[in-house]
Amino acid sequence: MLVAGIKSRPVYGGLSVDPNARRHLFALEGEGALALTEEAARSGADFLKNADILYVASGSRAADHDKALTALGADTFWLSPTVPVLLNRLNVMLGQAKMGTRLYVAVTEGFIGQAMQVALNHGIDHASIRCEHRGSAARRVQCVHCKGVTDNVTTSPYVCTHCGLSLLVRDHYSRRIGAFQGVNIDAEEPGTAPQPEELFP
Amino acid sequence: MNINFRNETFRDDYTFRNSPETIRRFPFPFHEDKYMYSVNMEPHVPAGPAGHAYNNPIDVDEHYVAEMRDRALVLKEDPLRYQALPHMMAAQWDTLELLMESQAAAYPEHFSLTKDGDRWHWVNRPLGIDQTFTFGDASTLPMEPLEFITRQAQGDFCIVDQRDGNLWMDAGMVTTQADWSLDFDVGMNFFEWHGPVPLAHEIGVFERALKFLLNLQQGKPVRRLNWTMTINPRLDTSPENYHKWGPDRATVTPENVGDKVHLRCELQSLWRLPRSNAILFVIRCYLIKMEELVTIPKWGRRFHRVLRDLPPELIDYKGLTRYRPATVEWLSKFDDGKPTTPGIYPD
Ligand code: HEM
Repeated sequence: MLVAGIKSRPVYGGLSVDPNARRHLFALEGEGALALTEEAARSGADFLKNADILYVASGSRAADHDKALTALGADTFWLSPTVPVLLNRLNVMLGQAKMGTRLYVAVTEGFIGQAMQVALNHGIDHASIRCEHRGSAARRVQCVHCKGVTDNVTTSPYVCTHCGLSLLVRDHYSRRIGAFQGVNIDAEEPGTAPQPEELFP
Repeated sequence: MNINFRNETFRDDYTFRNSPETIRRFPFPFHEDKYMYSVNMEPHVPAGPAGHAYNNPIDVDEHYVAEMRDRALVLKEDPLRYQALPHMMAAQWDTLELLMESQAAAYPEHFSLTKDGDRWHWVNRPLGIDQTFTFGDASTLPMEPLEFITRQAQGDFCIVDQRDGNLWMDAGMVTTQADWSLDFDVGMNFFEWHGPVPLAHEIGVFERALKFLLNLQQGKPVRRLNWTMTINPRLDTSPENYHKWGPDRATVTPENVGDKVHLRCELQSLWRLPRSNAILFVIRCYLIKMEELVTIPKWGRRFHRVLRDLPPELIDYKGLTRYRPATVEWLSKFDDGKPTTPGIYPD
């Protein structure tokens, strides 16, 4: 079974602003704030008057990135308490979005995957979404056996939080599910699972 | 041709067997004594000796009824094996038409299709199904058209949508797969769902294959053979159930190779669909145990050589690592070193 180097593994092109977009919608998590503040410093802040920012601090609350984002003076800025609440708002906003709106997403792979799922359900072409991945390499993984999804997986193997099988994390990635694939590592000789290795710190 | 459908199982007591006639019609996937991935596609036209799996566009054999029973069991446990994205309805009807017409034309003793405008009457005698419906109106069938017809046709089925210069896996019925998940792959493109395959990307196989398929013409289907190996005649070797069938791989001993180890051949055919412009990908799985395979001396010799010299990446990808040495050793008794004739058919 091929584990690494699988072509479905996403590549993220970075958060560069599209000068032709009429509206810019940013869904940002944690250090994803820096992706935007750095881009604003690089490309000029003009686009911000047509920008909506949704932000959730997640693990980097202490860094006060929300203050820096507020200071950008975008048309709207909204601070969400949690990821699900942000995704819910993103869903509503995409439902109301006009032609010419460009979606940008950062920063963990799990968050990007989930925001992308919301966008795909609105018929948005995945290739049109600009994404940036930084910081933790933690993965969102779906157990291929019970279909349970586990967030923030940093090791391979890991124990499925739903069915308890020990899962090898492959590079195989499904955009529809927004997750990598986890496959039982000791299926052929139950009880021989190796110790988890910190592969996605 | 009247087929005697076998009463057999692909799980638990594994009573699946091939009759001697079915052994001879097996689509043996090696035309020479070695194997590597290639863009191995040819027109899907009737071919081979009388009775061969290549004789009809959609092949039905003695395992039909038992395979359909096994599919029903899989779906009962895991409805996610059947999926169709909403925009695939036209392609679903295209597929129903293709499979009904092909089966009725080739096996009139077993299937019949009569049309009165959009009112169609389908009779499937082996499965005891008699259905009148309106073509194009899903409410006149007990389930979606793709599910309805693929519960009555051997093999797995994927329908891929063509857009943006790529193919997208947007519908399928997959219960007899060689370790890949439809639920995971739905919505992926040609390169993404082939992501886990080693070597082939690097040698340009998928790029050329995609280019070819994007130009596939209606009425000119193509076919290719793919293969792997399975311990016990289990159709459902899905990743979903890997923790259930995986342990079988550790049960092979020199004594039981002939009975337990199976060559699993997929006769894959690709069809451009008329209304939707989608492509139907049929993956018809044939199983044959080593004892049966070596009754054709050419195949025993050749498979020994192929398996012995297989590239390590393919051994790993196909999951053969644990039992390949014992199988090669067992097969070596059937290889006298004589040359083999070209082509896949028995001598
Ligand atoms: C639209 C049609 C096709 C579909 C839906 C399809 C689907 C698949 C899937 C799902 C896999 C398993 C990948 C995994 O490990 O997860 C696979 C394997 C593979 N496919 Fe395709 N495929 C198609 C056409 C082709 C064509 C035209 C070629 C021609 C070269 C090809 C060559 C291969 C090869 C070499 C493998 C690896 C098989 C093995 O070693 O067992 N496929 N395909």
